[in-house]
Amino acid sequence: MSGTSALDIAGLRFAWPGQPPCLAIEQFGIGAGEAVFLHGPSGSGKSTLLSLIGGLLMPDEGRLRVLGTDTAALGASARDRFRADHLGIIFQLSNLLPYLSALDNIGLACRFSRRRREHAGEVAAEARRLAARLDLDPSLLARPAAALSVGQQQRVAAARALIGRPGLVIADEPTSALDAERQAGFVDLLLGECQASGSALLFVSHDLSLAGRFDRCVRLTDINRPEGAS
Amino acid sequence: MRAWLWLTTRSMANRRLSVGLAVVSIALAVTLLLGVERLRSDARSGFANTLSGADLIVGARSGPVPLLLYSVFRIGDATSDIAWSSLEAIAAQPLVKWVVPLSLGDSHRGFRVLGTDGRYFAHYQYADRRSLAFAEGRPFEGVFEAVLGAEVAEALGYRLGERIVLAHGAGTASLAEHADKPFTVVGILARTGTPVDRTVHVGLAAIEAIHLDWSGGAPIPGLGLTAEETRRFDLSPRRVTAALVGLKTRASVFRMQRYVNEYKGEPLLAILPGATLQQLWGLMAVAEQALLAISALVVAVGLAGLVAVLVASLGERRRELAILRALGAGPRDVFLLLAGESLLLALAGCGLGAVLLFTLTGALGPWLEARFGLVLVFQGLQPREWLWLAAVVAAALVASLVPAWRAYRLSLADGMTIRI
Repeated sequence: MSGTSALDIAGLRFAWPGQPPCLAIEQFGIGAGEAVFLHGPSGSGKSTLLSLIGGLLMPDEGRLRVLGTDTAALGASARDRFRADHLGIIFQLSNLLPYLSALDNIGLACRFSRRRREHAGEVAAEARRLAARLDLDPSLLARPAAALSVGQQQRVAAARALIGRPGLVIADEPTSALDAERQAGFVDLLLGECQASGSALLFVSHDLSLAGRFDRCVRLTDINRPEGAS
Repeated sequence: MRAWLWLTTRSMANRRLSVGLAVVSIALAVTLLLGVERLRSDARSGFANTLSGADLIVGARSGPVPLLLYSVFRIGDATSDIAWSSLEAIAAQPLVKWVVPLSLGDSHRGFRVLGTDGRYFAHYQYADRRSLAFAEGRPFEGVFEAVLGAEVAEALGYRLGERIVLAHGAGTASLAEHADKPFTVVGILARTGTPVDRTVHVGLAAIEAIHLDWSGGAPIPGLGLTAEETRRFDLSPRRVTAALVGLKTRASVFRMQRYVNEYKGEPLLAILPGATLQQLWGLMAVAEQALLAISALVVAVGLAGLVAVLVASLGERRRELAILRALGAGPRDVFLLLAGESLLLALAGCGLGAVLLFTLTGALGPWLEARFGLVLVFQGLQPREWLWLAAVVAAALVASLVPAWRAYRLSLADGMTIRI
């Protein structure tokens, strides 16, 4: 994936139906393997931007390339497949299916994507390896996800996002439920693993204290100027 | 596809209480539906099998259906009887091949007693023209001899040589017994699956003999005749309840029917058993359809329960759907996930319902036969029943469109945003 930028946005416009424009981004990009910290107040369009990158929303105008692919040009199911193959996503909270074991939750990404299954090799072994790298005790892996602590759940979610080496990992405020000490630990583990697997990282948060650990820090309000969009 | 099946089963296992209850409610509804269907078809074939090979049934003038019911099925009672001389006149007609007299009105421990003669064993036919056969013993010859149906012998544990006492009237708790004139069991018939199995057969002379010292349904006080004493009287029959008539050619059936219906000596009625049975089904059809409609409604309630379970679960599963979306599931996959779940639940409900049906027919079959003479045939699922099951599954799929569509809309609206 080296050489192709992980994300390339130009002249992007988006408005929810019947509402004023909420996103107008002239230029924003993430290099291959780059770790970017994106922050902005709530309501600034972070979730909308992530949905656009994930291919769940279509831009009204402009260019949006993910790993060199113009996702808007793909059909709906091809976009879903692209997301399964190339994106790893970590939510703020409750990332896991509570009725599956931690190990099954990590392997879940490979069940929906042949590409990631092939990249992972032996899925269970790779899941165990990632879990160990993320400091998860092997004895936890057989337990149902609902029995894990919030911090453990977030590390399982990170392992799931990383398995099969997707080109881009998106983390939507994954640390907001953790205390400050664990936040830093989690971010270090995530950054280390993204680097090891060659995945770019878009880390969204409003907590600037973490920003220094990333390659680059971007304020959404600096790149997004919807009032000047019309 | 396998990933979805795996996820669905794991997810259902996680909600096993509500899912299990939904399956049980569908299973009960399916059991009811199939049970009603099975009772209906087995009752019909049971009745059709009983039709006795007679071309006409002759009785006192009443309705065709009551005559059929009391003469062949031993259901209800005759309001009047016919003179022996009328029967002889009918038997003397050139078109008539045989006549079997039937005399009803007594019982033995809840089983009906039928007075007839040797012609009954020769001409009575059931189920595809099969004749009566003796499992043990022989037809009655002496006055106080009886031949038992298979069910009577089995239920009461009677063997050949057993002495039994008949009672006046057809109830299970007859007070007036012909205790002074006991009968000896000389024959036991092979099982037929018809009311014959629940009948005690005696000669017409026996019916006359036990009523010699009776008048108006009660013993005449002071006139107690012993069995030996009755032999001095003329025991030839004077009146019988009805008669089965066989003709030389079926083509003459309407001519003979008209002859009987216009008989001058007394008002008589002749019916064609097959036609009257059709008339009976016509009367029953409304009740049958009502029963079937109620069962179908119960199935609808079961399916509504299934939909309720799935829709209620969507609230807590919204998070699950968003995670699946993030992992690459499309809205169509989410739709199929919910529809597939309904399908699995409906299939499980149908399977469990069929197992319940088999268990119940196995357990209740003997009781139904003893109590109502209804023979349940223990057999696998019939084509018609498969159709019913397919209809239930199809209805479940249609019903699943409600939660599936709702999940589809939710996952379109939520995308991969988690809303709780």
